[in-house]
Amino acid sequence: MPTVSVKRDLLFHALGRTYTDEEFDELCFEFGLELDEITSEKDIISREQGDTKAEGASDVILYKIDVPANRYDLLCLEGLVRGLQVFKQKMEAPRYRRVSPASSEPQRLVITEETTAVRPHAVAAVLRNITFTQERYDSFIELQEKLHQNVCRKRTLVAIGTHDLDTISGPFTYTAKPPGDIRFKPLNQAKEYTAQELMSLYKTDSHLRHYLHIIEDEAVYPVIYDSNGIVLSMPPIINGDHSKISLNTKNVFIECTATDLTKAKIVLDMMVTMFCEYCEEPFTVEEAEVVYPDGRTCQYPELAYRKETLSADFINRKVGISESTEHIAQLLTKMCLRSEVMSDGEQIEVEIPPTRSDVIHACDIMEDAAMAYGFNNIPRTTPRTYTIANQLPLNKLSELLRQDLAAAGFTEALTFALCSQEDIADKLLKNISETRACRISNPKTAEFQVARTTLLSGLLKTVAANRKMPLPLRLFEISDVVLKDESKDVGARNNRRLCAVYYNKSPGFEVIHGLMDRVMQLLEIKPGQGNGYHIQAADDSTFFPGRCAEIFACGKSIGRLGVLHPDVINRFELTMPCSALDIDIEHFL
Amino acid sequence: ISMADTGLVETLLRRVEKVDGGLDSQDVATSLGVDHQAIVGAVKSLLALGDVISAEQRSSKHWELTGEGCEIAEQGSHEARVVSSIPEEGMPQSQLMKLAFGKVGFSKAMSNKWIRLDKGHEGGPRIFKTVEHLEDLVRDKLLLVQKGQASQLEEKEKNELKKRKLLSEVTVKSYWITKGSCFSTTITKQETELTPEMIASGSWKEKKFKPYNFEALGVAPDCGHLHPLMKVRTQFRQIFLEMGFTEMPTNNFIESSFWNFDSLFQPQQHPARDQHDTFFLSDPAQAHEFPQDYLERVRKVHSEGGFGSQGYKYDWKIEEAQKNILRTHTTAVSARMLYKLAQQEKFTPVKYFSIDRVFRNETLDATHLAEFHQIEGVVADYGLTLGDLMGILHQFFNKLGITKLRFKPAYNPYTEPSMEVFSYHEGLKKWVEVGNSGMFRPEMLLPMGLPEGVTVIAWGLSLERPTMIKYGINNIRELVGHKVNLQMVYDSPVCRLDS
Repeated sequence: MPTVSVKRDLLFHALGRTYTDEEFDELCFEFGLELDEITSEKDIISREQGDTKAEGASDVILYKIDVPANRYDLLCLEGLVRGLQVFKQKMEAPRYRRVSPASSEPQRLVITEETTAVRPHAVAAVLRNITFTQERYDSFIELQEKLHQNVCRKRTLVAIGTHDLDTISGPFTYTAKPPGDIRFKPLNQAKEYTAQELMSLYKTDSHLRHYLHIIEDEAVYPVIYDSNGIVLSMPPIINGDHSKISLNTKNVFIECTATDLTKAKIVLDMMVTMFCEYCEEPFTVEEAEVVYPDGRTCQYPELAYRKETLSADFINRKVGISESTEHIAQLLTKMCLRSEVMSDGEQIEVEIPPTRSDVIHACDIMEDAAMAYGFNNIPRTTPRTYTIANQLPLNKLSELLRQDLAAAGFTEALTFALCSQEDIADKLLKNISETRACRISNPKTAEFQVARTTLLSGLLKTVAANRKMPLPLRLFEISDVVLKDESKDVGARNNRRLCAVYYNKSPGFEVIHGLMDRVMQLLEIKPGQGNGYHIQAADDSTFFPGRCAEIFACGKSIGRLGVLHPDVINRFELTMPCSALDIDIEHFL
Repeated sequence: ISMADTGLVETLLRRVEKVDGGLDSQDVATSLGVDHQAIVGAVKSLLALGDVISAEQRSSKHWELTGEGCEIAEQGSHEARVVSSIPEEGMPQSQLMKLAFGKVGFSKAMSNKWIRLDKGHEGGPRIFKTVEHLEDLVRDKLLLVQKGQASQLEEKEKNELKKRKLLSEVTVKSYWITKGSCFSTTITKQETELTPEMIASGSWKEKKFKPYNFEALGVAPDCGHLHPLMKVRTQFRQIFLEMGFTEMPTNNFIESSFWNFDSLFQPQQHPARDQHDTFFLSDPAQAHEFPQDYLERVRKVHSEGGFGSQGYKYDWKIEEAQKNILRTHTTAVSARMLYKLAQQEKFTPVKYFSIDRVFRNETLDATHLAEFHQIEGVVADYGLTLGDLMGILHQFFNKLGITKLRFKPAYNPYTEPSMEVFSYHEGLKKWVEVGNSGMFRPEMLLPMGLPEGVTVIAWGLSLERPTMIKYGINNIRELVGHKVNLQMVYDSPVCRLDS
């Protein structure tokens, strides 16, 4: 969930009133936001870097507000204020208009064929005669960062570049070139670098190094030039220094390059709708023309208003309320979804503005109606759905066995399903290839290399962590291991196992054998060949030679028991003899 | 009672019998001429027999001779000894001073005028006694104290002797012994335990039994124990079963991205599908079997929309859907179950639940592990409302003892509306999040083939969090995994979620 940090007093000024922290928290809750933290720049610095560093930092109160991940229109002060003011019916949602330049051709961005290989999409727009203040400027920069981190998926899907239009001249060319052929002075640097040099320069940049991988291994890098060959930006890494915007910038050229065109359009719409408020003619955005390699042209930003028609009955039925059509239309209008009751008095025509890209289905509109109504005002009802409960037979069996194993004097352990390869192989004197283990490709540490193929290592690790407890230790676990299995759609399956260990000064094979007999008794299997159970000597590297037996029930091998090999004991950092039982209980379903 | 003490015990009992009120153990010891500790031992053995006697502990102040005091009581005061050691013809002062008691005795005898000093005597100063008989009052007083008759002395006299370090005041602990309700001067041997022979012969009727010490703890039973998290899981299962929910087969930790994400209308660029959040598998890396026509409908709803949706309008790739992962939520199983339900010839309403492990490749901290248990409930029926979801959540949480609930709008890619469930925590005096809930999106349900009017409501929460709150555990590692202290498991109480 993205967090937006806004100055409290600035927010209250824009909202036209003040709130207590509790009141504002309540308003957020109702609107689906969360007032996460009340802090200040000084507090933040002092917490992260110590009090001395914080000296002189601003102690203006900041609200940190958690915003739902799909509400890109609430990622800056401007958007939050607009959303809340419309919600509180203090203002009507503005209408955003795309306009043609008054006395000239629109700015053009020409996309060349070369971009196809690396970053094929681009859209653009112009904010004409905008007035920045320090706060507006900061918010403008901050919104780009928030969009980059969220909808742009850390610039992989979309990257935003903003430029002082008066320092450059169109038409602009969006192309891709070998890194050695790109050379410019990047933002806030003193000299020119080639793209290659930049990539190594930014290797150590705490911020930019996270984006290098997006194009690093490509043969060509994306780049935007103006008509004089000045580099506007090398997306998605860095803008040129030449066209950088400042507090005094009057006309802003915004370009978004992308691997996902839909997202690029959304991002551009967000940038312009949030800040066109500060243009000479508020809520208008000057169009730019994008020319595709095939000659097609498109005008951006789209600023598309979509209309959906739905019935009041649909909303009443889904939410569980019975409101009039008019009231529902009012509720939706409060959520920036301008709605009108249609002539039949039942249907509602809902207009979805370009700021609400999250509304993609009637169910999204229904949710907004429910939010505006207030979730906590909806009567709580009991569904009349009549069903008979059933337990999963495997879980039912596991639950019953757990109870009786505890009654037999064994204590239940709860160990992790993920572990290191060493845990299930080397430490048990097994070769990993014979384990049928599923491997994880991206573990952060060795603890998560594989899914366990046995419960034994987890139990032995539990014993090792509890060596100070009085002996004997009697432990069990009934849980799933994971094995590769080609016959399953995903190529693997779980297997429910019962594992128990007895750890004492003497191996206690008879104890673990007795437990096995007891389990068979509980499962109504009598000793004997054929339909009964029996054990026979087996070789297993985990166990002490001559002290391991395979367990057969109803003619099938279901597991093993025996005294663990001294090397296994050592590898789990244990000192006493130990016997163990490991069976597959799925045979008893 | 050991044999050696029996005589003393009986003597003590006879003494107690003779007095009307009671007696002090210290006095008994003095009058019997035995060590006080021996009497204390006899009192304790009698107390162990029950109500033969009662004894109340008391303490009293008491005067005692110091080492020097004892010497004086035996041999006389220093001044008296000075007088008796001087012959008629006197003694040179230097010779007197060589005696151990010489110095102190000389000055005291001088002040008592029992001796005189002739400084000018030929051959050096010489001392002569001036009395023949003297009363050695100091010794007499000390002898009185030694006989236990200190009370005959004036307070002033005692303090003076104390100043001379001949007497000291000590605190003496003693028992005030009186007859008990079962007083008797003869003691019968007490039995420790009832035996089969006593039951057979009936001899238990005549015997006295040694009382038990009910203050001590009993012997811990030799038993096994269930893990506290699993005890809580049992209770949650019970709650779902009471509410008519059927358990889903969640025994498949490895899941394809298709069922874990795509079928839930979670776009392929969603951050949850990132390497940083999800465990991907290298072996088996891919799932190889999907219901083809359903997969095609999923592709379409993501990339083009349909079923009333705009879709996400991106290039949906089968390769992403094939990637095997460790499931990040049990909702992957709910998706499989709902798909299966949609394949039935005729839709029947269902209520499903599951409690099982899920996996996240997250940064670990005191409350987050790479794996945890997710509790999930799902209801599918015609015409379910958001009010129904809130009602059913109310009933569910009521069974956990949570009665105050409120709901916050939230975002989740596969539910719309989505609601975070908050409950009022009386201890923390604030609202805390206890779960997530919502209605599954039509983009998830309709491609499965579920009928248009069917609504599916669902909710989820973690098993660990309520367990940690219930058992007052702050670090999840103290609850789950091999590092837990087994003593915690041994000591954990039964789980009643509603109390």
